[in-house]
Amino acid sequence: MWRRKILGFGAAGAGVLVFALFIGWWQVDGPGSPEPAGQMPIALSAMDFSLTDHEGKEVGPGTLVGRPSMVFFGFTYCPDVCPTTLSDISGWLDDLGEEAEVMNVVFITVDPERDTVEAMAEYVGHFHSAIRGWTGEDEEIEAAARSFRASYEQVPTEGGNYTMNHTASVFLFDAVGRFVTTIDYHEPREFAVPKIKRALKEIAKPETS
Amino acid sequence: MRALIVTGGLTALLSLAAASTPALAGSEDVVVEGAWSRASIGTTRPGAAYMTIRNTGDAPVALTGIATPLAMMSEIHETSTNAVGVTAMTPAGEIIIAPGGSVALEPGGLHVMLMQLQTPMMEGQAFPLTLLFDDGGEMTVEVPILSIAARGPGD
Repeated sequence: MWRRKILGFGAAGAGVLVFALFIGWWQVDGPGSPEPAGQMPIALSAMDFSLTDHEGKEVGPGTLVGRPSMVFFGFTYCPDVCPTTLSDISGWLDDLGEEAEVMNVVFITVDPERDTVEAMAEYVGHFHSAIRGWTGEDEEIEAAARSFRASYEQVPTEGGNYTMNHTASVFLFDAVGRFVTTIDYHEPREFAVPKIKRALKEIAKPETS
Repeated sequence: MRALIVTGGLTALLSLAAASTPALAGSEDVVVEGAWSRASIGTTRPGAAYMTIRNTGDAPVALTGIATPLAMMSEIHETSTNAVGVTAMTPAGEIIIAPGGSVALEPGGLHVMLMQLQTPMMEGQAFPLTLLFDDGGEMTVEVPILSIAARGPGD
Protein backbone atom coordinates (compact mmCIF):
# COMPACT_ATOMS: atom_id res chain seq x y z
CA MET A 1 0.00 0.00 0.00
CA TRP A 2 2.66 2.49 1.14
CA ARG A 3 5.02 1.19 -1.44
CA ARG A 4 2.45 1.76 -4.16
CA LYS A 5 1.91 5.32 -2.95
CA ILE A 6 5.65 5.99 -2.99
CA LEU A 7 5.89 4.53 -6.49
CA GLY A 8 3.01 6.78 -7.51
CA PHE A 9 4.77 9.85 -6.13
CA GLY A 10 7.98 8.76 -7.82
CA ALA A 11 6.30 8.44 -11.18
CA ALA A 12 4.61 11.80 -10.78
CA GLY A 13 7.96 13.33 -9.79
CA ALA A 14 9.70 11.86 -12.80
CA GLY A 15 6.89 13.15 -14.99
CA VAL A 16 7.27 16.65 -13.58
CA LEU A 17 11.03 16.47 -14.11
CA VAL A 18 10.64 15.40 -17.75
CA PHE A 19 8.08 18.14 -18.30
CA ALA A 20 10.38 20.75 -16.72
CA LEU A 21 13.28 19.59 -18.89
CA PHE A 22 11.06 19.78 -21.96
CA ILE A 23 9.95 23.34 -21.09
CA GLY A 24 13.56 24.28 -20.54
CA TRP A 25 14.62 22.89 -23.90
CA TRP A 26 11.63 24.54 -25.60
CA GLN A 27 12.53 27.93 -24.24
CA VAL A 28 16.29 27.78 -24.65
CA ASP A 29 17.02 25.71 -27.76
CA GLY A 30 13.67 24.57 -29.11
CA PRO A 31 11.05 26.31 -31.22
CA GLY A 32 10.13 28.50 -28.27
CA SER A 33 13.58 30.10 -28.08
CA PRO A 34 13.64 33.88 -28.25
CA GLU A 35 14.24 35.70 -31.53
CA PRO A 36 17.94 35.86 -32.35
CA ALA A 37 17.84 39.66 -32.45
CA GLY A 38 21.11 41.12 -31.32
CA GLN A 39 22.94 37.80 -31.62
CA MET A 40 26.03 37.35 -33.72
CA PRO A 41 25.87 35.97 -37.25
CA ILE A 42 26.90 32.34 -37.61
CA ALA A 43 30.03 31.40 -39.58
CA LEU A 44 29.68 31.71 -43.35
CA SER A 45 30.60 28.04 -43.69
CA ALA A 46 27.55 27.10 -41.57
CA MET A 47 25.13 29.19 -43.64
CA ASP A 48 22.95 27.78 -46.38
CA PHE A 49 21.28 29.97 -49.00
CA SER A 50 21.49 30.51 -52.72
CA LEU A 51 21.16 33.89 -54.44
CA THR A 52 22.05 35.57 -57.75
CA ASP A 53 24.59 38.36 -58.01
CA HIS A 54 24.13 41.48 -60.12
CA GLU A 55 25.89 39.79 -63.03
CA GLY A 56 23.47 36.86 -62.96
CA LYS A 57 25.90 34.41 -61.34
CA GLU A 58 24.69 31.95 -58.72
CA VAL A 59 26.21 32.82 -55.36
CA GLY A 60 25.95 31.80 -51.74
CA PRO A 61 27.88 31.88 -48.47
CA GLY A 62 30.43 29.49 -49.99
CA THR A 63 31.30 32.15 -52.57
CA LEU A 64 32.63 34.30 -49.74
CA VAL A 65 34.79 31.79 -47.89
CA GLY A 66 38.46 32.12 -48.77
CA ARG A 67 38.58 35.90 -48.60
CA PRO A 68 37.60 38.34 -45.87
CA SER A 69 34.08 39.65 -46.37
CA MET A 70 31.92 42.65 -45.66
CA VAL A 71 28.18 41.99 -45.97
CA PHE A 72 25.19 44.26 -45.41
CA PHE A 73 21.47 44.29 -46.09
CA GLY A 74 19.45 47.06 -47.73
CA PHE A 75 17.30 47.86 -50.76
CA THR A 76 17.71 50.15 -53.72
CA TYR A 77 14.44 52.06 -53.14
CA CYS A 78 15.92 53.34 -49.89
CA PRO A 79 16.65 57.06 -50.23
CA ASP A 80 18.66 57.71 -47.08
CA VAL A 81 20.34 54.86 -45.19
CA CYS A 82 21.34 52.61 -48.10
CA PRO A 83 23.05 55.15 -50.37
CA THR A 84 24.75 56.47 -47.23
CA THR A 85 25.99 52.99 -46.27
CA LEU A 86 27.10 52.26 -49.83
CA SER A 87 28.97 55.55 -50.09
CA ASP A 88 30.48 55.09 -46.62
CA ILE A 89 31.74 51.64 -47.67
CA SER A 90 33.04 53.08 -50.94
CA GLY A 91 34.93 55.65 -48.87
CA TRP A 92 36.38 53.01 -46.52
CA LEU A 93 37.49 50.93 -49.50
CA ASP A 94 39.12 54.00 -51.05
CA ASP A 95 40.92 54.67 -47.75
CA LEU A 96 42.17 51.09 -47.56
CA GLY A 97 43.21 51.07 -51.21
CA GLU A 98 45.08 47.95 -52.35
CA GLU A 99 44.78 46.42 -48.90
CA ALA A 100 41.04 45.93 -49.39
CA GLU A 101 41.30 44.47 -52.88
CA VAL A 102 41.11 40.92 -51.53
CA MET A 103 37.84 41.65 -49.79
CA ASN A 104 34.34 40.46 -50.79
CA VAL A 105 31.87 43.32 -50.42
CA VAL A 106 28.26 42.24 -50.71
CA PHE A 107 25.01 44.15 -50.57
CA ILE A 108 22.06 41.74 -50.11
CA THR A 109 18.65 43.22 -50.91
CA VAL A 110 15.74 42.71 -48.53
CA ASP A 111 13.36 43.81 -51.30
CA PRO A 112 13.71 41.18 -54.05
CA GLU A 113 10.28 42.16 -55.38
CA ARG A 114 11.68 45.44 -56.76
CA ASP A 115 15.40 44.66 -56.66
CA THR A 116 15.79 42.36 -59.64
CA VAL A 117 19.22 41.38 -60.93
CA GLU A 118 19.02 44.29 -63.42
CA ALA A 119 17.99 46.78 -60.73
CA MET A 120 20.87 45.65 -58.52
CA ALA A 121 23.34 45.91 -61.41
CA GLU A 122 22.21 49.42 -62.24
CA TYR A 123 22.41 50.48 -58.60
CA VAL A 124 25.72 49.01 -57.45
CA GLY A 125 27.37 50.36 -60.60
CA HIS A 126 27.20 53.82 -59.04
CA PHE A 127 29.38 52.90 -56.08
CA HIS A 128 32.81 51.30 -55.50
CA SER A 129 33.48 48.63 -58.12
CA ALA A 130 34.17 46.01 -55.44
CA ILE A 131 30.54 46.08 -54.23
CA ARG A 132 28.46 43.13 -55.43
CA GLY A 133 24.66 43.14 -55.30
CA TRP A 134 22.84 39.92 -54.41
CA THR A 135 19.15 39.19 -54.85
CA GLY A 136 16.97 36.11 -55.18
CA GLU A 137 13.87 34.27 -54.02
CA ASP A 138 12.08 35.49 -50.89
CA GLU A 139 12.85 32.27 -49.00
CA GLU A 140 16.54 32.47 -49.81
CA ILE A 141 16.74 36.10 -48.69
CA GLU A 142 14.93 35.08 -45.50
CA ALA A 143 17.40 32.24 -44.94
CA ALA A 144 20.34 34.60 -45.48
CA ALA A 145 18.95 37.21 -43.08
CA ARG A 146 18.33 34.54 -40.43
CA SER A 147 21.93 33.34 -40.64
CA PHE A 148 23.26 36.88 -40.29
CA ARG A 149 20.76 37.55 -37.46
CA ALA A 150 19.50 40.44 -39.58
CA SER A 151 15.86 41.38 -39.71
CA TYR A 152 13.65 43.25 -42.15
CA GLU A 153 10.02 44.13 -42.58
CA GLN A 154 7.90 45.66 -45.33
CA VAL A 155 6.11 48.84 -44.23
CA PRO A 156 3.34 50.38 -46.36
CA THR A 157 3.68 54.09 -47.16
CA GLU A 158 1.28 56.68 -48.53
CA GLY A 159 0.34 56.32 -52.17
CA GLY A 160 0.24 52.52 -52.14
CA ASN A 161 4.03 52.15 -51.99
CA TYR A 162 6.12 50.53 -49.34
CA THR A 163 9.44 50.91 -47.66
CA MET A 164 11.57 48.41 -45.76
CA ASN A 165 12.80 48.55 -42.19
CA HIS A 166 16.00 46.56 -42.00
CA THR A 167 19.19 45.88 -40.10
CA ALA A 168 21.68 48.44 -41.33
CA SER A 169 24.82 47.08 -39.68
CA VAL A 170 27.74 45.95 -41.82
CA PHE A 171 28.96 42.44 -40.96
CA LEU A 172 32.64 41.58 -41.18
CA PHE A 173 34.00 38.05 -41.63
CA ASP A 174 37.58 36.81 -41.85
CA ALA A 175 38.95 34.76 -44.72
CA VAL A 176 37.81 31.44 -43.25
CA GLY A 177 34.32 32.81 -42.85
CA ARG A 178 34.26 33.42 -39.12
CA PHE A 179 32.29 36.43 -37.95
CA VAL A 180 34.65 39.18 -36.74
CA THR A 181 32.52 42.19 -35.84
CA THR A 182 29.89 44.62 -37.08
CA ILE A 183 30.18 48.21 -38.13
CA ASP A 184 27.04 49.87 -36.94
CA TYR A 185 25.23 52.42 -39.01
CA HIS A 186 26.68 55.88 -38.41
CA GLU A 187 29.85 54.59 -36.81
CA PRO A 188 32.63 57.10 -37.46
CA ARG A 189 35.20 56.20 -40.07
CA GLU A 190 37.91 56.22 -37.36
CA PHE A 191 36.29 53.06 -36.00
CA ALA A 192 35.19 51.47 -39.26
CA VAL A 193 38.50 51.30 -41.08
CA PRO A 194 40.42 49.65 -38.20
CA LYS A 195 37.61 47.09 -37.87
CA ILE A 196 37.93 46.21 -41.55
CA LYS A 197 41.69 45.93 -41.07
CA ARG A 198 41.03 43.44 -38.28
CA ALA A 199 38.95 41.26 -40.60
CA LEU A 200 41.68 41.51 -43.24
CA LYS A 201 44.41 40.64 -40.77
CA GLU A 202 42.77 37.47 -39.55
CA ILE A 203 43.65 35.89 -42.92
CA ALA A 204 47.04 34.81 -41.65
CA LYS A 205 45.71 33.47 -38.37
CA PRO A 206 45.44 29.67 -38.22
CA GLU A 207 42.02 28.14 -37.65
CA THR A 208 41.61 27.73 -33.91
CA SER A 209 38.02 26.71 -33.42
CA MET B 1 20.98 99.19 -26.48
CA ARG B 2 21.00 95.41 -26.18
CA ALA B 3 18.17 95.16 -28.66
CA LEU B 4 20.13 97.36 -31.01
CA ILE B 5 23.17 95.11 -30.79
CA VAL B 6 21.06 92.03 -31.37
CA THR B 7 19.34 93.63 -34.33
CA GLY B 8 22.68 94.79 -35.67
CA GLY B 9 24.11 91.32 -35.30
CA LEU B 10 21.09 89.83 -36.93
CA THR B 11 21.25 92.19 -39.86
CA ALA B 12 24.93 91.39 -40.29
CA LEU B 13 24.19 87.68 -40.13
CA LEU B 14 21.32 87.94 -42.57
CA SER B 15 23.27 90.03 -45.04
CA LEU B 16 26.15 87.60 -44.72
CA ALA B 17 23.82 84.71 -45.42
CA ALA B 18 22.25 86.58 -48.29
CA ALA B 19 25.67 87.27 -49.74
CA SER B 20 27.02 83.76 -49.34
CA THR B 21 24.05 81.64 -50.31
CA PRO B 22 21.27 82.29 -52.73
CA ALA B 23 19.09 80.21 -50.38
CA LEU B 24 17.62 83.14 -48.47
CA ALA B 25 14.18 84.06 -49.66
CA GLY B 26 10.75 84.81 -48.12
CA SER B 27 10.72 83.85 -44.48
CA GLU B 28 12.45 86.53 -42.48
CA ASP B 29 14.52 84.88 -39.77
CA VAL B 30 15.21 81.52 -41.33
CA VAL B 31 18.42 80.75 -43.15
CA VAL B 32 19.03 77.55 -45.08
CA GLU B 33 22.61 76.41 -45.48
CA GLY B 34 24.39 73.59 -47.26
CA ALA B 35 21.42 72.19 -49.17
CA TRP B 36 22.22 69.11 -51.27
CA SER B 37 20.71 65.96 -52.65
CA ARG B 38 21.78 62.79 -54.41
CA ALA B 39 21.17 61.94 -58.03
CA SER B 40 18.48 59.34 -58.66
CA ILE B 41 18.35 56.39 -61.03
CA GLY B 42 15.24 57.18 -63.05
CA THR B 43 12.06 58.27 -61.33
CA THR B 44 10.76 55.14 -59.61
CA ARG B 45 12.91 55.35 -56.49
CA PRO B 46 12.37 58.09 -53.91
CA GLY B 47 15.04 60.75 -53.47
CA ALA B 48 16.31 62.58 -50.40
CA ALA B 49 17.52 66.12 -49.78
CA TYR B 50 19.51 67.50 -46.88
CA MET B 51 20.25 70.95 -45.44
CA THR B 52 20.66 72.90 -42.24
CA ILE B 53 17.78 75.18 -41.29
CA ARG B 54 18.80 77.97 -38.96
CA ASN B 55 16.47 80.27 -37.06
CA THR B 56 18.22 83.59 -36.55
CA GLY B 57 15.18 85.22 -34.99
CA ASP B 58 14.04 85.43 -31.39
CA ALA B 59 10.86 83.40 -31.75
CA PRO B 60 10.47 79.70 -32.49
CA VAL B 61 9.64 78.81 -36.07
CA ALA B 62 7.91 75.61 -37.14
CA LEU B 63 8.54 73.99 -40.48
CA THR B 64 5.17 72.53 -41.42
CA GLY B 65 5.66 71.32 -44.95
CA ILE B 66 7.75 70.97 -48.07
CA ALA B 67 6.83 71.43 -51.71
CA THR B 68 8.72 70.98 -54.95
CA PRO B 69 7.73 70.55 -58.57
CA LEU B 70 10.28 67.71 -58.70
CA ALA B 71 8.16 65.32 -56.62
CA MET B 72 4.43 64.69 -56.33
CA MET B 73 4.87 64.11 -52.63
CA SER B 74 7.55 65.46 -50.37
CA GLU B 75 7.79 65.52 -46.63
CA ILE B 76 10.32 65.49 -43.83
CA HIS B 77 11.14 61.98 -42.69
CA GLU B 78 13.29 60.76 -39.90
CA THR B 79 15.49 57.68 -39.96
CA SER B 80 15.94 56.02 -36.61
CA THR B 81 17.95 52.99 -35.58
CA ASN B 82 16.81 50.74 -32.74
CA ALA B 83 18.91 48.84 -30.18
CA VAL B 84 19.47 45.86 -32.48
CA GLY B 85 20.51 47.97 -35.46
CA VAL B 86 17.25 47.97 -37.42
CA THR B 87 16.60 51.27 -39.18
CA ALA B 88 13.15 52.64 -39.91
CA MET B 89 11.90 55.80 -41.62
CA THR B 90 8.87 57.68 -40.38
CA PRO B 91 7.30 61.07 -41.23
CA ALA B 92 8.74 63.57 -38.77
CA GLY B 93 5.72 65.88 -38.62
CA GLU B 94 6.24 69.51 -37.70
CA ILE B 95 9.85 70.55 -37.06
CA ILE B 96 10.27 73.32 -34.51
CA ILE B 97 13.41 75.40 -34.77
CA ALA B 98 14.20 77.22 -31.55
CA PRO B 99 15.25 80.88 -31.60
CA GLY B 100 18.95 81.00 -32.36
CA GLY B 101 18.89 77.27 -33.00
CA SER B 102 19.17 75.11 -36.05
CA VAL B 103 17.95 71.76 -37.30
CA ALA B 104 20.21 69.60 -39.41
CA LEU B 105 18.73 67.42 -42.11
CA GLU B 106 21.52 64.93 -42.75
CA PRO B 107 22.06 61.31 -43.82
CA GLY B 108 20.73 58.86 -41.27
CA GLY B 109 18.55 61.41 -39.51
CA LEU B 110 16.03 63.95 -40.69
CA HIS B 111 15.74 64.31 -44.45
CA VAL B 112 13.40 65.62 -47.09
CA MET B 113 11.85 62.54 -48.66
CA LEU B 114 11.03 63.14 -52.32
CA MET B 115 8.39 60.69 -53.50
CA GLN B 116 7.01 60.14 -56.99
CA LEU B 117 9.73 62.02 -58.83
CA GLN B 118 8.50 63.83 -61.91
CA THR B 119 11.91 63.83 -63.57
CA PRO B 120 15.12 61.98 -62.77
CA MET B 121 17.48 63.82 -60.44
CA MET B 122 20.53 64.45 -62.62
CA GLU B 123 23.93 65.10 -61.13
CA GLY B 124 25.06 68.68 -61.72
CA GLN B 125 21.53 70.05 -61.87
CA ALA B 126 19.48 71.70 -59.11
CA PHE B 127 15.82 71.89 -58.20
CA PRO B 128 13.72 74.39 -56.23
CA LEU B 129 12.41 73.28 -52.85
CA THR B 130 9.91 75.39 -50.91
CA LEU B 131 9.83 75.26 -47.13
CA LEU B 132 6.46 76.15 -45.59
CA PHE B 133 6.34 77.63 -42.11
CA ASP B 134 3.62 77.87 -39.48
CA ASP B 135 3.35 81.66 -39.79
CA GLY B 136 2.38 81.28 -43.43
CA GLY B 137 5.87 82.22 -44.58
CA GLU B 138 7.55 80.34 -47.39
CA MET B 139 11.11 80.07 -48.50
CA THR B 140 12.37 78.57 -51.72
CA VAL B 141 15.90 77.24 -51.94
CA GLU B 142 17.78 75.76 -54.87
CA VAL B 143 19.02 72.29 -54.00
CA PRO B 144 22.05 71.13 -55.98
CA ILE B 145 22.02 67.50 -57.11
CA LEU B 146 25.31 65.77 -56.38
CA SER B 147 26.53 62.28 -57.23
CA ILE B 148 24.45 59.29 -56.11
CA ALA B 149 27.39 58.37 -53.87
CA ALA B 150 27.74 61.86 -52.34
CA ARG B 151 28.20 62.00 -48.58
CA GLY B 152 27.66 65.67 -47.92
CA PRO B 153 27.27 69.12 -49.42
CA GLY B 154 30.99 69.34 -50.13
CA ASP B 155 31.15 66.18 -52.25
